[in-house]
Amino acid sequence: MSTGQAHGSVEVAARVERRWATIAVIIIVGMALLAAFAGIHRATMPQPRVETTDPSRIHLSGEFVESNLGSVLEANGNVTVRAIGQQYSFTPACIVVPVDTPITLRATSADVVHGILVQGTNVNTMLVPGYISEQLMRFTKTGDYLMPCQEFCSFGHEGMWGKIKVIDKTDFANRAKAGGRLSCVGQ
Amino acid sequence: MLVNRKLILAHFWLAFAVFGVALTLGAWQMFIRSPLGTWLSNPELYYRSLTAHGTVMGYVFPTLVAMGFGYAISESALEQRLVGVRWAWTGFWLIVAGSIMAVIPIALGRASVLYTFYPPLIGNIFYYLGVVLVVVGSWIWVALMSINLRIWRKAHPGAPVPLAMFANVAGSYLWAWTAVGAALELLLQIIPVAAGLKNTIDAGLARVFFSWTLHAIVYFWLMPTYIAYYTIVPRAIGGRVYSDSMARISFILFLVVAMPIGMHHTFADPQVGAGFKFIHSAFTALVALPTLLTVFTICASVEIAARLRGGRGLFGWLRALPWDNPMMLALAFSFVMLGFGGAGGLINMSYQLDASIHNTQWITGHFHLIFGGAIVIMYFAIAYDLWPHLTGRELIDVRLIRTQLWLWFIGMVVTTFPWHWVGILGMPRRMAYFDFADPAIAPQALSVIFSAIGGFVLLTSGIMFIVILARGMRAPQVDAGAYRFAVAVHQPATVPVALNTHALWVALMIALTITNYGYPILNLATTGTSVPAVYVGAQ
Repeated sequence: MSTGQAHGSVEVAARVERRWATIAVIIIVGMALLAAFAGIHRATMPQPRVETTDPSRIHLSGEFVESNLGSVLEANGNVTVRAIGQQYSFTPACIVVPVDTPITLRATSADVVHGILVQGTNVNTMLVPGYISEQLMRFTKTGDYLMPCQEFCSFGHEGMWGKIKVIDKTDFANRAKAGGRLSCVGQ
Repeated sequence: MLVNRKLILAHFWLAFAVFGVALTLGAWQMFIRSPLGTWLSNPELYYRSLTAHGTVMGYVFPTLVAMGFGYAISESALEQRLVGVRWAWTGFWLIVAGSIMAVIPIALGRASVLYTFYPPLIGNIFYYLGVVLVVVGSWIWVALMSINLRIWRKAHPGAPVPLAMFANVAGSYLWAWTAVGAALELLLQIIPVAAGLKNTIDAGLARVFFSWTLHAIVYFWLMPTYIAYYTIVPRAIGGRVYSDSMARISFILFLVVAMPIGMHHTFADPQVGAGFKFIHSAFTALVALPTLLTVFTICASVEIAARLRGGRGLFGWLRALPWDNPMMLALAFSFVMLGFGGAGGLINMSYQLDASIHNTQWITGHFHLIFGGAIVIMYFAIAYDLWPHLTGRELIDVRLIRTQLWLWFIGMVVTTFPWHWVGILGMPRRMAYFDFADPAIAPQALSVIFSAIGGFVLLTSGIMFIVILARGMRAPQVDAGAYRFAVAVHQPATVPVALNTHALWVALMIALTITNYGYPILNLATTGTSVPAVYVGAQ
């Protein structure tokens, strides 16, 4: 092989390599742009804001006192659900919500790190003591959904399963008329 | 020129011994939580086992492999006796001491906090101190790699640092800086509480500190595998490295962008805002770049080997590859698993898609496929390749080696593919048992059974691996010659300073860590959201 050929092959190798590197960069920039577009335009993004709370006082006052836990129909027709996780259960253990309604889930932990996952949906958030998790959700089908704790929270973790009951809109509205906070209890 | 063979063998043997123990625990866990097992009367045993499995597989096993391999690279690539052998042994014994110190409280059920710690859960202090000792032991290795390279540079001013050593030192720096996140969490937050000096801890801050370590540690595990891709595989199958500079660029990219991306583990967390979540997501996309470059360069290097062996045609050259060569098999399996695992990884780091699979069994399936599959199968290949040079004896059972690699690959696919699937169905992680009688959970049962069977295939393969190495210690003696690394098609006579030194890139790594982590950490550290610690094993 002459030196001229050797030089030629170096250039060919470098050119092919550059082409591949360019494709790789385009793929990656494309992915990042897609995520940014979906995040901004479709408002699909992880929890954006940071809110704090004091887990040693949540049972005494504020948003997460026991009487305030459960689902409430807001004036604008949306629903807010407040819940807490503690070793090894959720309160309410069974959350009731209407179908086809924008729902805001606000939750926190009373002790260690827990998580809320609603099977068959992409509702999925961590409960970190000291912080409030907020998640928007909307169910398109009525029925029961399992809601396991998805983070190791010590020896009883395997027993920490909650439930979400999605019911008809009018049923929910009728039950909400009585006021107070709704859960599956009394259903 | 492998002089300190005993040192290297000690690292490998300890690595593979603890690997064997942790693998057995893993297979038991797969079995006991599947419909094949019966519910544990004491679920806490499962979490003990899980803590031990994770601690060994995450902190001890890959660290020892990286260290042993690093010493071997330093001596053979630089052709220079290792300087600081006494320190190297000190590091080794620190890891032995740390592992023992950590495993006792785990076995007693006093530290079932999993290898990810999860404060405000707090376990026995000796568990954390043991982990610290392991890390300190490995930091000695980092220092020795740096010192040995410096000595070589003095003797060879301006010469290109051999690729294997360049990558090895990059990996060691990555580890040194990566470990700082967990070290800060342990030293500033957890250990004071475990020692009883404090009784509150900020769980959100701890999660951010840990994410600093948790992702880049994966790239530290990956380094020996990538070094093998570039510097062992082409030589072993009779090819050349397609491009020396692209290899260096890939390792530099790992060093720089593996670090400032860990918060993609906290997308679902309430203590980090959307802005930093997005930045970390975008940077995570960037870390796919060195892998994409590597896939290209290695495939091209393999094609060179095939064409040198007379391979023809657009794809016909694939047939000309030495498929009976264990290194070829290992590489092919590794790439297939890297492909699937990498695709899964893109979903995990996605700003939007993560929510569908966060903390489900999908995640466990994902990192077992990438780490246990793509990475560890190359650890096997590295051991097979190095063994004759370390023992002076031949590994004669090539057929057994091939079977072992096949079984690992099959086992990993059978284990992790159904594992991903049940994750999509919403099965949560880290549970000692599941109520498969529940109609909502019953559809997951069959997949979990498959995974458990795959776990036993993996255990079989792991035992075979250890048997092959043990038999290799008593095989007929052979002169394996000097340990050599692959050469590039165009072996560089000179290399630009930027591709021959690490300082600039280490500085960039630290700078990016500060920009991507500085504000969230400062913000969390000053908001005062400490919560009461919950001590485990105290009840």
